[in-house]
Amino acid sequence: MTKSELIDEVALSRNLPRRTAEEVVNLIFDGMREALVNGERIEIRGFGSFKTRHYDGYTGRNPKTSQTIEVAPKVLPVFKVGKELRVRVNGGEEP
Amino acid sequence: MPHTPTASRTMTKADLVERVYEQVGFSKKEAAEVVESVFESMKQALEQGDKIKISGFGNFLVREKAARRGRNPQTSEALVIPSRRVLVFKPSQVLKAALNDGSPA
Repeated sequence: MTKSELIDEVALSRNLPRRTAEEVVNLIFDGMREALVNGERIEIRGFGSFKTRHYDGYTGRNPKTSQTIEVAPKVLPVFKVGKELRVRVNGGEEP
Repeated sequence: MPHTPTASRTMTKADLVERVYEQVGFSKKEAAEVVESVFESMKQALEQGDKIKISGFGNFLVREKAARRGRNPQTSEALVIPSRRVLVFKPSQVLKAALNDGSPA
């Protein structure tokens, strides 16, 4: 399912103009991206939670060429699936 | 070693509802219903094993995990962890760049 198909689904199920559904879907994902950029956690009950994790930089080495490379510090988003969705994805079975 | 900065604010569904309420011209109730319907549509797709690709944010993928032998770490009892389906999130390059001042992570 692409974002465009998600927009179609929402428009259909809520009986909304596609433009409106598109605005809503964009507000949600833009809002979540901004929250993560601001260092906030996100918790969507029944779906899952997102947070950012900070990784220190390090000096790496390519074992084949023995060339050293500086890996810069970075921030990555991490997703943890919520209980309801975890069970639903697994065919209703508690893992 | 990854570390997480001291806990800050948490954005919840209520914050997303508020955003939609303020910017789309729905009532609070309508805003809550449409936000719920976005996540419910996603859950239904994932439940069917479909993947979701949200450009600019990331992809949600359902992965099949094979059964494997494991151990209860508390009792050190051997057990078989049955095969299962799990959800993974792959952040998009756009999201990673946004978190790293524009440089790709």
